[in-house]
Amino acid sequence: MKLAATSTLPQNGLRPSGWVVWLLALLAFLALWKLAEPLLPWAFEYPKALKIPAAKWISDFTKWLLNDASFGLFTFAELTRFISAVIDAPYRIVLSLLSTGFMSGRGSAAIQYLPPISWIGVIAIFALLGLYAGGRKLAAIVSACMVFILIFGQWNSALITLSSILVAVPLGVVGGLLLGIAAYRYRWFEHMLRPILDLMQTMPVFAYLVPILIMFGFGPTAAVVATLIYAMPPMTRITVLALKRIPSELRDLGNIVGCTRSQLTWKVLVPSARDSLMVGVNQVIMLSLNMVIIAAMIGAGGLGFDVLAALRRLDFGAGLEAGFAIVALAIALDRLSQAFALRNTETVHHGPWLKRHPYTLSALAIVVFSGLAGLVVPAFQTYPEALQISTGDFWSNVVKWININYFDTLEAIKNALLLNVLIPFKRFLLSLPWIGVVGILVVAGWRLGGIRLAALVGVLATLIAAVGLWEKAMITVYLCGISTVIALLIGVPIGIFAAERKTLWMWVQAIIDTLQTLPSFVYLMPAVMLFRVGDFTAMIAVVAYAIAPAIRYTALGIRNVDPALVEAGRSMGCTPAQLLTRIKLRLAFPEIMLGVNQTVMFAISMLVITALVGTRDLGQEVYIALTKADPGRGLVAGFAVAFIAIIVDRLISAAAQNSREKLGIAGGPT
Amino acid sequence: MREQQTKLVCRNVWKIFGENAERKLAELGNEPSLEQISEAGLVGAVRAVNLEVHEGEIFVIMGLSGCGKSTLVRCLSRLVEPTAGEILFNGENLLTASDTQMIELRRHKMGMVFQHFALLPHLSVLDNVAFPLAIQGTSKPEREERARQMISLVGLSGREESMPRQLSGGQQQRVGIARSLAVEPELWFLDEPFSALDPLIRREMQDEFIRLQSVLKKTIVFITHDFDEAIRLADRIAIMKDGEIVQCGTPEEIVLNPATDYVREFTRAVTKAKVVRVTSLAITEKQHDAGAKQGETVDISENATVAEAAPLFLDGIDQIRIIDENGEARGYIRREDVVALMLQG
Repeated sequence: MKLAATSTLPQNGLRPSGWVVWLLALLAFLALWKLAEPLLPWAFEYPKALKIPAAKWISDFTKWLLNDASFGLFTFAELTRFISAVIDAPYRIVLSLLSTGFMSGRGSAAIQYLPPISWIGVIAIFALLGLYAGGRKLAAIVSACMVFILIFGQWNSALITLSSILVAVPLGVVGGLLLGIAAYRYRWFEHMLRPILDLMQTMPVFAYLVPILIMFGFGPTAAVVATLIYAMPPMTRITVLALKRIPSELRDLGNIVGCTRSQLTWKVLVPSARDSLMVGVNQVIMLSLNMVIIAAMIGAGGLGFDVLAALRRLDFGAGLEAGFAIVALAIALDRLSQAFALRNTETVHHGPWLKRHPYTLSALAIVVFSGLAGLVVPAFQTYPEALQISTGDFWSNVVKWININYFDTLEAIKNALLLNVLIPFKRFLLSLPWIGVVGILVVAGWRLGGIRLAALVGVLATLIAAVGLWEKAMITVYLCGISTVIALLIGVPIGIFAAERKTLWMWVQAIIDTLQTLPSFVYLMPAVMLFRVGDFTAMIAVVAYAIAPAIRYTALGIRNVDPALVEAGRSMGCTPAQLLTRIKLRLAFPEIMLGVNQTVMFAISMLVITALVGTRDLGQEVYIALTKADPGRGLVAGFAVAFIAIIVDRLISAAAQNSREKLGIAGGPT
Repeated sequence: MREQQTKLVCRNVWKIFGENAERKLAELGNEPSLEQISEAGLVGAVRAVNLEVHEGEIFVIMGLSGCGKSTLVRCLSRLVEPTAGEILFNGENLLTASDTQMIELRRHKMGMVFQHFALLPHLSVLDNVAFPLAIQGTSKPEREERARQMISLVGLSGREESMPRQLSGGQQQRVGIARSLAVEPELWFLDEPFSALDPLIRREMQDEFIRLQSVLKKTIVFITHDFDEAIRLADRIAIMKDGEIVQCGTPEEIVLNPATDYVREFTRAVTKAKVVRVTSLAITEKQHDAGAKQGETVDISENATVAEAAPLFLDGIDQIRIIDENGEARGYIRREDVVALMLQG
């Protein structure tokens, strides 16, 4: 009741003086924008003399690292070579097992002395894993996914992708776990790690592909390294969080029974956090899959390469098939890892080894027998091509048909939006004086979070201008802003509508869960098919990718509103509309703000990928740097994207925190 | 009273939370008041605690939430590092013990039961109970045998292979108790062991606890916020408020002579007759009032409470003889004293 009462008070977001500040700031901004161009040209165009040549510095530094840097005992180049070797060895083994078979000799003279696991064997392993972890239903889903990949002729590519994942995931999980434990144990380490993790998660993946490319060369090893860098931060974060959430009693228990420090960590803390840690493992798997696809650009091969090649040829059918295969693989891996996370370790087996491991045993048996059968009948080893189906032509025809019949409609929609919304907004943003924008951001930072936030926001924004990327940054803001608004306009109403309807919400949740498991690459395909290349296509793809958090957070926010308050509202005679606008939406506001924040983050991360369809923003800058292998240019543009993301994130979080405090829902999720 | 050895001594123990607490405490002259501490930006969780726990007794620390009792019990085992003071266990100061000494001590001399059970979710009942032994490196057959004994001691035989989440709250706490006893600790800490349980189960567990203690005769430090539980179980009670011990004594002493108004608040709802033992009302000499009806044949044990004695007066007897375990007379208890006490509630 107390909450309801306060929430109906006038929602004066700012103190009276706050309005004055805002008004003054806006007036000053307007004056600067409209009047000052002839007087203060440097306010519109960052002075060349003051430009920071960060790109050159980074490139020089990289060169120095590779050629001259030495840690005394070994050089940097030796270190990277060592890391490659560590990653390469298991990768070779897994790849041989799954795809190429074990060879002796090289090139065309190579002789295969042991074939890879047959398709029957691989599917059987997946099915048995499903059966073990989640029962028959899961086994059916998982094997259906694999059969789908098989029938549509994506088997080889899919297994190459799978090999990279099988190498990257254990390394990522162990690495993330160790970093997380270290951060949990040593506070200074956590303080040091946190900004790095923030940066790594907001930095577009393309940006660090370039230095990795230079250090590790083109190929699957570099792809695995990139995947590790991308997938490790969430595991680290989840580990820290999971360890912190362990009830203090369990730690006390460990101490009172006389655990040493390592016993406490490995026998008490880590096993107790198992459930949360498994969520982290699932995250690592999904992110690795996403990244392995993107890493096709630096030689990961597999499904990602197929999609990329198809995109470059504009061969929609082929691209879509590979895309579907990615989806199938993603679903199989996601469901399997989730089932393992939920699996209760309740049954204790006794008896001899053979009896305790029925699954391992049957998997081995099937692998061996199908391998032997494959020696006699090759179809058991390699799925016969004659039985494969290709829908590539079909999809190409569908697209052709759509384009023939609906070309005008689609084109009309596209042009109308482009001419009336996208382009004017872009022009508007580009005409703004950079120093004015920085000023407004500083004011916003100051009002929302105090002097420190203002300083952070100001410095980051100025840096973007100082490295000479202001214009590209504005184009990024424009695309990202419009996409976010559209995603919210569609997503928030869906969230509100679905939140109150139980079965509908179940469906919506299932759909957005699936959408989120898809690698971001996949979203590009349909958009390109319908609208070809350009800003509009990019926008569609970004909206499709970023809509999931908009729906999810809105619905969760409304569903989490204290039912007692809704009841109170009802007892006071609120109509359903009043209930929604006066109680639920108000109380869900902080959560919805978080959704907005996430939507922006998703939009930014997708935006970089849309560089493939010819945008002109920072993403393109990164992409160009990648194709030219220019680490300085790529990293600087990458940092600029990260800075934009950090500015938005901090401002929105501060706003959400303010409104949360006002509603008395202090501290956020505890 | 029988002769008792002191097992654990607390001398002027302080626990202050906050940055540089140790230095600030010294600056404040080592005896700061609650106000001084909070003015310095610190939180005084445990202040100037002195107590002695005797061998084989149940020493209950009772207080409301936030009074520092959980912090205090953790100071006793050094799970929380006290800011100042001395803690003597068998005469040795725990606070000067090295980490390795502390680990050895905890492994062999201490056991603890937790409010929310603190069972390891990934281990079966058997493995949970055997866990402290596994940490010490006891061989598997040996520790499992010991664990099975403990499990049957708490009445959970047959559930060895269950996982903690399959058990009810009461059963989970039985596992917690079995586990804490697996190393045969000299000192047994129970931190609100029954608070998270339903009232009926709590009662049952208290009875079980009394039964266990009658067999085991451990030295026990028992934490609770429930005054009824305290007087039911305790040999002696220490009542805490704002980090200090406001009164320490047997349940009887506390009920009959509450030291402060705060303590009196707790004792008010207690039925005194159920706490006070007949010896407290005893008169040494048999009174020979004229006309008083003598119950020559009725005796009562010196350990009985007044409430247990009361029905014996129903026949109209005026005095009852109190005897000790050897049948020797220890005094007499009079009807009017019993009535007076019972009328107080």
